[in-house]
Amino acid sequence: MENKTLYAVAATFDDVNKTIDAVHKVNETGFKEYDVHSPYPVHGLPQAMKLKPSKLGYVTLIFGFAGAIFAFLFMYWVNVIDYPLVVGGKPFYQLPAYIPVMFEVTVLSATVFTVIWMLFIMFKFPNNTHPLLETEYMKKVSVDRYGISIKATDELFDLNRVKDLFKQLGAEEIFEIHFKTEELEYKPKIFDKKFVSFLVLTAVIVSGITYFVLNHLLFMSPFNWMHEQFRVDPQTTTTVFKDNFGMRMPVEGTVSRGHLPYPFKGKPVEAEKFLVNPLVPSKKVLDLGKQKYLTFCSPCHGNFGMGDSRLRGQFPNPPTLHSDRIRNMKDGGIYHIITEGQNVMPGYASQISEEERWAIVHYIRVLLRSVNPKESDLR
Amino acid sequence: MSSELINLQKKDISQKSKLLAFGILGLGLILSVVAYLVDSHRALANYNVIFTFLVSVAVGNLFWFAIEYLSGAVWSTVMRRINEIFISFIPVVFVIGLVILFNTHSIFHWSHEEAVKNDKLLQLKSPYLNEQFFSIRYFVYFILWISFGIFMTKFSLKQDESKDQLLTYKNSKLSAIFIPVFAITLTFFSIDFLMSTEPHWFSTIFGVYYFSGTALSSLAVLTLAIIILHEKGYFGNLLRKDHFYNLGALLFAFINFWAYIAFSQFLLIWYANLPEETFWMIHRWEKGWEIFSFILIFGHFLIPYFALLSQQSKSNLSRLKFMSIWIIAMHYVDLYWLVMPSLYKEVVFGWIEISFIILGIGILFTLFVIRFNKLKNIIPVGDPKLKRSLEFHL
Repeated sequence: MENKTLYAVAATFDDVNKTIDAVHKVNETGFKEYDVHSPYPVHGLPQAMKLKPSKLGYVTLIFGFAGAIFAFLFMYWVNVIDYPLVVGGKPFYQLPAYIPVMFEVTVLSATVFTVIWMLFIMFKFPNNTHPLLETEYMKKVSVDRYGISIKATDELFDLNRVKDLFKQLGAEEIFEIHFKTEELEYKPKIFDKKFVSFLVLTAVIVSGITYFVLNHLLFMSPFNWMHEQFRVDPQTTTTVFKDNFGMRMPVEGTVSRGHLPYPFKGKPVEAEKFLVNPLVPSKKVLDLGKQKYLTFCSPCHGNFGMGDSRLRGQFPNPPTLHSDRIRNMKDGGIYHIITEGQNVMPGYASQISEEERWAIVHYIRVLLRSVNPKESDLR
Repeated sequence: MSSELINLQKKDISQKSKLLAFGILGLGLILSVVAYLVDSHRALANYNVIFTFLVSVAVGNLFWFAIEYLSGAVWSTVMRRINEIFISFIPVVFVIGLVILFNTHSIFHWSHEEAVKNDKLLQLKSPYLNEQFFSIRYFVYFILWISFGIFMTKFSLKQDESKDQLLTYKNSKLSAIFIPVFAITLTFFSIDFLMSTEPHWFSTIFGVYYFSGTALSSLAVLTLAIIILHEKGYFGNLLRKDHFYNLGALLFAFINFWAYIAFSQFLLIWYANLPEETFWMIHRWEKGWEIFSFILIFGHFLIPYFALLSQQSKSNLSRLKFMSIWIIAMHYVDLYWLVMPSLYKEVVFGWIEISFIILGIGILFTLFVIRFNKLKNIIPVGDPKLKRSLEFHL
């Protein structure tokens, strides 16, 4: 006991109602520097201790609001200002769709900031330790007992008086708690060696495990089930066929549907001369052409063939289709350009079927005629 | 503790209040009969609103009663008698609803044969939406609700004398059976009496929507009754802040639940944007009905939400009392908003509505007074949970 001073006298109680009554009594006697410990939050204790209501609720409220406003403004900025995109035919500004996200962000921000605020501002982390936490008394009250401790620095403190008071209130056990002054004044630093090395160790272990799992474990048996499947992959062998080739040649003398070889490869002049549009420009064909044009052609040539798309200025400028060259070109020529490409434009044979290409040609004719009508159209 | 129990003598509600109750009921009856003579169509639609409101209160209390047994809740045991009073309304509500069965033509478009003949959709729905099956369902709902209500309250009352703990166990078992029955019957009830006023429309979440209003409004009525009885001293000093805090917290939770369900229903319809669903919402957003929609958004959610948000407000009796009246009013608006726009293109609200509101208040008040004065004990003195309930603190 030498060079240790009396820090506090503490008592444990075995019943919650008895504790609350005891706290009332301690408070009425006039003690100020006392504290109550319990293994779980007890309603009614703050009232018995005459504590002011916690301010933490306001933090939750403010950060909840802040989260809602942030979520709203962020979505507004994304959807209306920075990158307006039509989703499901709705307007850019669509409050009902924002509300679920606002709700989630409100909850997230309110809870996360409540915990952070409580830990760092109210409990002053990492200075939230106290030698009292290491005592026998604390072991009891963090399991199945309730406890009151009165500090020796309290104005009314008198060892025997306090002990008598606790006995009167029906305390189960009474502890005298002594500490050295160094113990009480000890303050851990944030950059304590142990703490920092623990953080580094945790980071190394977590990232190491993550790396191992994602890059190695998932490729080991038995975790690689998804990689090994019974289907025949390209360029692999199989036992289904006699020659063990997984990839098969087409039957000799045949061509897959819609994949007739193009006879005018690299021959634009011949193509224009000999190719004839097999489709009749009906409404159905033009609708198909319009759809395909808007999907594949409009990103460069613009919705009306003016060459005025978003790409203008960011790329070799796409040409307008309303030129004399195109106007005077036969269907076969346009078809050839779509199929094979021209200058920077790639060929679209692999993406647009033959029929669709011819439909696009019809649709381009419609666009051309809308800008440069025949005299009969104007009448 | 036992001395306290003996000291609590049950007082009867005074003759003055009884007269007031009968006065309101009489006034309501006269006014609504006049309303029926002036505009029978509109009066019956209002009658349907009041009827569904009474079902909310009575059957909702049966739900809370069952929940208490099922969850083994301790805090609410002391107030269970008040619950039982409201449960005992169910047979009366059954009789009240019979009027609608005889007047389906005024409220339900699908009950007109010539309308069904020219409407493919109504023809397809007619195996469910026809008057015979409608009446059968009505009897099934009420037979189930009344029998569960009678059995469970009987056991609870019997316990006062016999002090038999087994009765609590029996009631818990019955509650476990009742909850799924309640879920199914209330869903179909809401479809029959509320959703089918607009027979072309459908919403799969509608049953839950009505349930959220039912649970909320019945809890609000219960809270209001308990607070008034507490203030007039009927409960002595048995009820403490902790009990009221729990009522307030449940009210707050169900305010949120209602908003969550109401918004879910709206969001799905808005997002999918299917004409066969959206017309119902659009109709409630034009020609004056948007006032009621706004009242619901603010009055049914935002205002009570912020009024009951803080911890202190949930055990503040005057606040709680005001908010329960507020929520009861909002549930009426909610039901009005569900039924009336289906029948009237332009907004209607006038003396006819107010006379039916008076009638509803009169029915509730009178039944409460009659039932209360019949009680022997205001608390379930034989319940094994009672001691813990009285000592309850948060």
